[in-house]
Amino acid sequence: MVMDFKKAGLSAKEYEALVQELGREPNETELQLFGVMWSEHCSYKSTRPLLKLFPTEGPAVLQGPGENAGVVDLGQGIGLAFKVESHNHPSAVEPYQGAATGVGGIIRDILAMGARPVASMDGLFFGSPESSRVRRLRDGVVRGVGGYGNAVGVPTVGGKTVYDPSYAENPLVNAFCAGVVSLNKMVSSQTARPGQKVLLLGSRTGRDGIAGAAFASAELSEDAQSHRPQIQIGDPFAEKLLIECCLELLEEGLVAAMQDMGAAGVVSSSSEVAAKSGVGMVIDMDRIPLREAGMTPGEIALSESQERMLLVVDPDMVNEVERRARRWGLECAPIGVITEERRYIYTSQGSVVVDLPPELIGGNAPIIPWESRPPHDEEERKKIPPTVRPGPEGWNDELLALLQDPNLRCQETIFQQYDSMVQTNTLAGPGGDVSLIRVPQAKAQVAFSMEADPWKCFTDPFNGGAETVARSVRALSVCGATPLGLTNCLNFPSPEKPDQFWELQEVIRGMAEACQALACPVVSGNVSLYNESPAGRILPTPVVVAVGSLSDGDTPLLGGQGRAGDRVFLVGSPRASLGASRYLLRRGAPLRGTPPPFSGAWEADFSRRARAVARGRHARSGRIISGGGLAVALAKELLASGMGALISLPSDWKMDEEILFGEGGPRAIYAVASEGVAAFRQLWEGWPLDEIGVLGGSRLRVDNVLNLSCDDLAAAWKGEN
Amino acid sequence: MRSAVIVFPGSNCDRDALRTLAEVPGMEVEPLWHDDTTLPPETDLVVLPGGFSYGDYLRPGALAARAPIIAEVRRHADRGGLVLGICNGFQVLTESRLLPGALLPNRDTRFICRPCLLRVDRTDTPFTNAYQKGQVVQFPIAHADGRFYLPEEDLAQLEQRGQVVFRYCDVTGRVDPSVNPNGAAHHIAGIVNDRGNVLGLMPHPERASDPRIGGEDGKMIWDSIRAWCQNEGKRSGHGHGF
Amino acid sequence: MRFRAEIIVTLKSGVLDTQGKAVFSSLRRLGHPGIEDVRIGRVISVVVDAPDAAEARSEVETMCQNLLVNDLIEEARVDLEAL
Repeated sequence: MVMDFKKAGLSAKEYEALVQELGREPNETELQLFGVMWSEHCSYKSTRPLLKLFPTEGPAVLQGPGENAGVVDLGQGIGLAFKVESHNHPSAVEPYQGAATGVGGIIRDILAMGARPVASMDGLFFGSPESSRVRRLRDGVVRGVGGYGNAVGVPTVGGKTVYDPSYAENPLVNAFCAGVVSLNKMVSSQTARPGQKVLLLGSRTGRDGIAGAAFASAELSEDAQSHRPQIQIGDPFAEKLLIECCLELLEEGLVAAMQDMGAAGVVSSSSEVAAKSGVGMVIDMDRIPLREAGMTPGEIALSESQERMLLVVDPDMVNEVERRARRWGLECAPIGVITEERRYIYTSQGSVVVDLPPELIGGNAPIIPWESRPPHDEEERKKIPPTVRPGPEGWNDELLALLQDPNLRCQETIFQQYDSMVQTNTLAGPGGDVSLIRVPQAKAQVAFSMEADPWKCFTDPFNGGAETVARSVRALSVCGATPLGLTNCLNFPSPEKPDQFWELQEVIRGMAEACQALACPVVSGNVSLYNESPAGRILPTPVVVAVGSLSDGDTPLLGGQGRAGDRVFLVGSPRASLGASRYLLRRGAPLRGTPPPFSGAWEADFSRRARAVARGRHARSGRIISGGGLAVALAKELLASGMGALISLPSDWKMDEEILFGEGGPRAIYAVASEGVAAFRQLWEGWPLDEIGVLGGSRLRVDNVLNLSCDDLAAAWKGEN
Repeated sequence: MRSAVIVFPGSNCDRDALRTLAEVPGMEVEPLWHDDTTLPPETDLVVLPGGFSYGDYLRPGALAARAPIIAEVRRHADRGGLVLGICNGFQVLTESRLLPGALLPNRDTRFICRPCLLRVDRTDTPFTNAYQKGQVVQFPIAHADGRFYLPEEDLAQLEQRGQVVFRYCDVTGRVDPSVNPNGAAHHIAGIVNDRGNVLGLMPHPERASDPRIGGEDGKMIWDSIRAWCQNEGKRSGHGHGF
Repeated sequence: MRFRAEIIVTLKSGVLDTQGKAVFSSLRRLGHPGIEDVRIGRVISVVVDAPDAAEARSEVETMCQNLLVNDLIEEARVDLEAL
């Protein structure tokens, strides 16, 4: 009898493959499980071959993609687990809870590695803030991020907020978390052994988010409101108890394997443990504590009720685990057992309701070979639109307008709603290019840099993807941090359109090339596809968080540290590109133009030298040049330093918009003490390096082109939010 | 000297308080679970840390104020022992009536986390004897419900008795609504009880006890406590006797 | 006998309700010019077992005093119905 595979969310091809692998037709419950586990969100069936392009190994990598989070070595037997994940579709429908549960979910992924979560970041993408609907959505998302993160006691140390009309109906919420783990206490899903017991720790199971994973893979219809029942509700208090209880269990060596229950709850977590450990599992659905009556085994298995962890425990430790759970006020129910025979079995009311091979559930969803074809306007997209040079007063106005641009202005109103200081390890919080925490157990400081540039990824996916990775590594390097690895979230529209699949492919190729050149492997990540609606599609939006470290004796090089009299240097090519630049976009130009072509050799050289500058303390202050180009970088540096600068650019540079506002490529500005100039110049021997001015006074003066008081800069940058 | 840091389900800043106190010379500190019923012997200082005890459910601090350990904290305070409530801890102290008043939702109804300037208005307490009267210090705040409230007549009495210890101010020490982050009555950031041995404040001194993390203005609270314990110890033979 | 008590808790009239104010502004902006005032409270619903309504009410009032209502800033009304 052929089951209704369409209703379960499977294509005819997928159903055929399933029946073939299984050797029979699945029953109703089994079909439901595959419908969710083989959805895009859970199986990555559209992107698995592309993701293989990423380099995933490196000297500091202890755990690459494939586990709940990646882990890098910080030294002293300490690892840092980290990952970024999306929660886009739920946030469009219920902004507060969508964002809150996104934060909760990524925290549990980190916890599932045995790590204590120590830092969060949020990447938020919204439509134009002129729309009151967008503002309400943004405010809801921000309150959700803060509401959950603050209560759970993990500092939100940085993030990125981006506004573009393409996100109006498809906002993006990407949640990043990092945690500290003792390497001898690290857990995984691979260490379950026959005879061990399976326990469910945490909240009761209800109908939250049932088939939410499938929802995540579907485009938002006109009728998004009707999706409401699938939204998960987060309880940060329960999560805090879960964190402390799990860490205590791990500290005492009471747990053999652990898995968080995220998308597709019980089934994904338990089948993953079985598959990765090479064992079987029998779960008695009747023993799962429920919050709602009358749930079917399928509903129970697929429920996305939050704040639950799956534990695998030696039989003689079960009592102690239950005692500790009770002390923390958490329910802990034995729900199953690990078996030698590699079958994944659910029982209910005394009969077997599901009996599947474990590897088939979580893996082996057939790859969908979507067609890839460049868009018809591929070449058009790369051409930089013509601009009209501003008149004499126009330059000042342009800079002030850029500082007011929602993408460049001060984001204090948002990030002051987040507790960035809890755990008393934050050395540099939100607002800079880099966030920094100390990790005393590893005698280290850890730097994070979150970057995204969807505009360049649209006009030139390959170079845009590379630029995104490169920019986040540049920021780490200027700070003095050695990159250890990165995590990324690929937010894209439907892969079913050949030009959109081509974009995805090219972005990944560009990112991979940059990762390779910069020796910064991908240790974890997430893909979110189908971010489009009848109103339109999102720009290709890879979000990258690069992570690096310094030893605790090193002084990080941050921005805003310059003193009056320091000499200002521009490192890197004076000419960048107006392609897909903030300058052009703010002026209403069409989204066109390539960034500078990626050069791995240049990038690697820049990063090496920048790190040497920081390590040797050869500059007092430094920052990369990014959105808004040189002029905005100067303005931001002055705003952070509380003083002005007198800038005089080399006379052989033709003064134009490209010089002041061009973006892309490895470029930075530094403030160098006079006595340090010789050493600084030596470090940049062979590089384009220009001394462009001196810090001091209370105005930003650039030749006869820019002349603004610091007060004017501040008023524009901090203005009405 | 001995401190106990009470840990409620949902407390977040207990580990921060433990770490900061452990760095105070001569201080022994340990955590204490909310459903314990006795303090360790010879405890000088009880700390109620910041965070979201019981998720802030019902009212911030309401459920924690009814925890078994609070009766013991009350007895400790009655004996003259020191009690310090930080942020959520301050909320627990008002809910348990160890301090007067209530902490209401911020004026702008948003959580706010940022450095904050405070004026030290009273320096003859066990917690502030290392400061100068009128000194302007910087501690960070991080709260959504920090608006101190008391009915007018009770506020007048609080002021008259000199129970206000910290006030939100500007860099010159001037108070003004524009530098009051949450709308607290009389710009009150922290108060002591009538006797002066129980202090509650919304800002976080443990986040200002390290030059790299928020500055060192918070350190003087621990220095004050240490000085007081040592003097009291000399006077009465043990840590109490206020 | 089983009773359901609905305890409606509100801020005392002298206490500034900043949440109410914020909601008031939002409602005005959403196109309700005629509203005059918004105050935000909470409803706590408790099912109790008691010999009669008077005892049920008395028990609920004790709960209010001991935990559910902070009488410095809040006041409450109790509606009782037999189940």
